[in-house]
Amino acid sequence: MRRKSFWSWVWIALGAIYFILPLYATFDFSLRAKKGVLSFLSYQNIFNDPNFWKTIEFSLVIAVFTIIASIILVVPTAYWIRLKLPQLRGMLEFISMLPFVVPAIVLVFGLIRVFSGAPFFLTNTFFGTDILLVAAYVVLALPYVFRSVDTGLASIDVVSLTEAAQSLGASWSTIMFKIIFPNLKVAILSSAFLTLATVIGEYTIASFMVGIKAFGPYMSLIGQNRTYESSSLAIISFMVTWGFMGLIQLFSRGKADSSSLSGAR
Amino acid sequence: MAFLSLSNISKVFGTTTAVENFNLEVEKGQFVSFLGPSGCGKTTTLRMIAGFELPTTGAITLDGEDITYKSPNQRNVGMVFQSYALFPNLTIGQNIGFGLEVRKYSAADAKARIDEMLELVHLEKHKDKYPYQLSGGQQQRIALARALAISPRVLLLDEPLSALDAKIRVELRLEIRRIQQTMGITTIYVTHDQEEALLLSDRVVVMSQGHIEQVGAPASIYNYPSTEFVAQFVGQLNLLPVTNVDMKNGTCKLAGQNVKFEPMPERKTSDELRLAIRPEELHIGTGEGRNALKGRVESVLFLGSVVRLRVDVGGIFFSADFFNERRITLPRSGDEVVISFPEHSCWLV
Repeated sequence: MRRKSFWSWVWIALGAIYFILPLYATFDFSLRAKKGVLSFLSYQNIFNDPNFWKTIEFSLVIAVFTIIASIILVVPTAYWIRLKLPQLRGMLEFISMLPFVVPAIVLVFGLIRVFSGAPFFLTNTFFGTDILLVAAYVVLALPYVFRSVDTGLASIDVVSLTEAAQSLGASWSTIMFKIIFPNLKVAILSSAFLTLATVIGEYTIASFMVGIKAFGPYMSLIGQNRTYESSSLAIISFMVTWGFMGLIQLFSRGKADSSSLSGAR
Repeated sequence: MAFLSLSNISKVFGTTTAVENFNLEVEKGQFVSFLGPSGCGKTTTLRMIAGFELPTTGAITLDGEDITYKSPNQRNVGMVFQSYALFPNLTIGQNIGFGLEVRKYSAADAKARIDEMLELVHLEKHKDKYPYQLSGGQQQRIALARALAISPRVLLLDEPLSALDAKIRVELRLEIRRIQQTMGITTIYVTHDQEEALLLSDRVVVMSQGHIEQVGAPASIYNYPSTEFVAQFVGQLNLLPVTNVDMKNGTCKLAGQNVKFEPMPERKTSDELRLAIRPEELHIGTGEGRNALKGRVESVLFLGSVVRLRVDVGGIFFSADFFNERRITLPRSGDEVVISFPEHSCWLV
């Protein structure tokens, strides 16, 4: 084996050990709920817990609303910036990265402070806190959604396609729904799965806004009280996240060839 | 009244004037090219006709209607882009039918029109394919079909052949002209390729730095350029320093040798005047009624159908073009030659 490829494999192996070993240890631990025997008892206990299904259903619903709100907010904005205000793209990129900088605890306290009082009073009702939760997650998912959509827009000649559609008599809504959205299918799906993964596992904002109703705080509660079940929950979360990542890869690979990159560049 | 009229059109971007004092009238069914170097304002002018840019001043009327401030989707002009701009998510048939769907054509009428357009561009078998499955030339023909499907009042083409290789360009430009003549549609064609403009157009608008240099039929533009820019931009040109200029009698001296040209008594003489003559007007050897200059061949360049001689006449260099023949006999580098040209083939700029 050549020297270069030997050391490449050495680094790959070290990296794999660093990431896989703790996961393996967690998985192994999750199988030891029954003394002296490897079993899926802790997984059974989780799946038989009605709170598991209630919290995951709640978080999924919140995730869906977050995705819809994010797409409605980000796609037209990113499109308009590319079309008419390209000089503002840098600023929009900067704004989209702010959620990485602002800690979730600061975000949630800010939201509670502003929206608990007049004229909003959103923290007085379950529905109000659910709305605040979606809004907070839209902010949290913004870097992923914007980056994904912006990359999708970069792969199509937005200006020419828009002008071609306009010259053929299309209105703005026709352009958005017949040209822009269909050509951003892959990007939107990618951003949707990333948002889903973010929302499902999020703890800080959920625990302050809705408490035990969401999946993140439920995982934390299980972790405090039930050792083996918390490990199995961690593995389940990883599986779900990897599943979403796999779906992103699947859709990105499958659709990119046929739907994009025609025309002179 | 002209079918398409641009009156005192100007466009300013910040501190840059892209188009200035542009006036043009186009009759129905005419093929007009905007020709000029990059940055001369030809595309900006086209985009103002399409509605993608608003003029800073001036007015545009189309078929008697003022469309200056009308939105692009209400002008009923068809546009073909350099990048084709086919919709990647739609099939070829759906691309052509896009404008028909917007106009709420019935399914039957739309299908008939789509098939008609595909037949016009000879791409009937590609209806269900996607744009990425077609070559560049095929994509551009589909883009043309899509623009024509809506029966536009004016067809606008923005350097549609620039992205294609030379052979496809030559084929497609003739195709465009054939289709335009078949349909009788008023067409504005933007190009920086003078051969394209001269070949395709009924009239050529030569532009430079945002304003019109000359408007005329291709032969008129080429043979009687009204400005030095037009003379140099359209075709090859020898620009030669002269002395002892007599405008009234039509005589001057070039490298100490006498040259006659068509008298221009109304023009003032000047020390900066130069003699302009096209390379193809020059001949080897003398002839009756022709100016004759003695010189030495500096180089012979083979350009395919044309052979170009570079001749040194007393330190002033001429380019002389000859059609290539299989058994052509040309002077060699270093040979003494006499080159001649008729009086009417040269002029002073």
